[in-house]
Amino acid sequence: MALASVLRAELAEFSPNFPKNFPKNFPKNFLEDFPDDSEGIPEILRDPPGPPRVLAAPPWGFEAEPEGPGLQILHGTTTLAFKTPHGVTVAVDSRATAGSYIASQSVRKVLPIDGRMLGTMAGGAADCAFWQRLVARQCRVQELRNKEPVSVAAASKLLANLVYQYKGLGLSLGTMLCGWDKRGPGLYYVDSEGQRVAGAAFAVGSGSSYAYGVLDRGLAAAARSEEAACELARRAIAQAAHRDAYSGGCVRVMHVGPEGWKEVSHDDIAELQDKYLEA
Amino acid sequence: MLSAAGCGLSRPEAGYGLEAPVQHHRFSPYTFNGGTVLAIAGEDFCIVASDTRLSEGYSIHSRDSPKCYKLTERTVIGCTGFHGDCLTLTKIIEARLKMYKHSNNKTMTTGAIAAMLSTILYSRRFFPYYVYNIIGGLDEEGKGAVYSFDPVGSYERDNFKAGGSASAMLQPLLDNQIGFKNMQNVEHVPLTLEKALQLVKDVFISAAERDVYTGDALKICIVTKDGIKEQTIQLRKD
Repeated sequence: MALASVLRAELAEFSPNFPKNFPKNFPKNFLEDFPDDSEGIPEILRDPPGPPRVLAAPPWGFEAEPEGPGLQILHGTTTLAFKTPHGVTVAVDSRATAGSYIASQSVRKVLPIDGRMLGTMAGGAADCAFWQRLVARQCRVQELRNKEPVSVAAASKLLANLVYQYKGLGLSLGTMLCGWDKRGPGLYYVDSEGQRVAGAAFAVGSGSSYAYGVLDRGLAAAARSEEAACELARRAIAQAAHRDAYSGGCVRVMHVGPEGWKEVSHDDIAELQDKYLEA
Repeated sequence: MLSAAGCGLSRPEAGYGLEAPVQHHRFSPYTFNGGTVLAIAGEDFCIVASDTRLSEGYSIHSRDSPKCYKLTERTVIGCTGFHGDCLTLTKIIEARLKMYKHSNNKTMTTGAIAAMLSTILYSRRFFPYYVYNIIGGLDEEGKGAVYSFDPVGSYERDNFKAGGSASAMLQPLLDNQIGFKNMQNVEHVPLTLEKALQLVKDVFISAAERDVYTGDALKICIVTKDGIKEQTIQLRKD
């Protein structure tokens, strides 16, 4: 399978033929050749009826279809990022859920692309980790060829075009690419539906609405200093973790400036909530 | 048949509104074979333990089917879920380990095996291996390392992890006893090998009491710089 060939170490370049070899109307052909009551196809290869699969966040009251009896993959989150004159501030929670089970409270949802760029993780954990690692590899190759660091616009376009090939097949990815390039701070939101949008502030994930409430209120004040921006980001994630069952664990705040990215703080949400409730 | 000849239908009851609700039985390529795996990383050791029961539905296929597989002198993997995929996956991992050894003239490190497993699992993103993996071993510095995976390859390094059918019962107990979570004014004592072994035996005995898919026997693999030692302890067989 061409996808597996990408993963072989000796390949210098990402295979250009994939997925042109993939049948164009992948799910539809199957349904024409094998009508519903056939025994041939595994359930998970069919397009499920109804609304499209889970995107960056599970919509209320609708759970992503598991692939097989009780096969549960990791999901769920709140992540946010916003631009300030000092750079881009990124904050994420650290909870990973498999169905209603909290599989981990210490997931790293910020993935470094290179020294000056970060990607966040929302939606399917394996999808985000895999595709961002692939983009990081592509960015390194491009940097070596062009003798210039990759721009945030270019990296986000690489990611968006990669996942667009798989549109409709059930990937779940809602990521923000945050970096500093020659045009200054850069922030793009990319998802598995094919959206790629530049902006000044985004919150992504099941707890994003709660985070937006706190974030939008304090954005103007946050531009004053890096500390104010980080504190706002921390507060917004803490609020989302408080109200959203699928977010929690700890808050990790990172900052991307002209010199590159750095981790600003790492706080347990239980302790943060004690602090904020008192105040 | 003359009575249904007018409709031209093959089944006589069709067309009279007397059909029973039709149940489509589709073939499912997966089944759940049960089992629980646990891994704990210490300062200079790592323990990987699993029960040995292989079940399907209400039956037990085998009481002696351990879920820990030795990969190298420093790494053990525990796989639960669908036994067919566990077997194939371990075959693939062992083949890739040999290929690496032949190309690079060195044994794969625990971290490298974890990263490789992630890509192997993701290569089947659209028809996943129904396997919950936990890798336990020593890292390059000789410290214990545990890596836990989801079926499509998302992974993370931990200090301890439980996977499989009784994981939701074991994990909170480990969080409390090893991670000292949700306790106040408690001294954080580093975990010794003896205490870790005792804890593993106790938690599996408890899991066998309350989970139907866990029981029969417990196999423990202890990874230290001197190699891998194994122990087997009997559990409830009911």
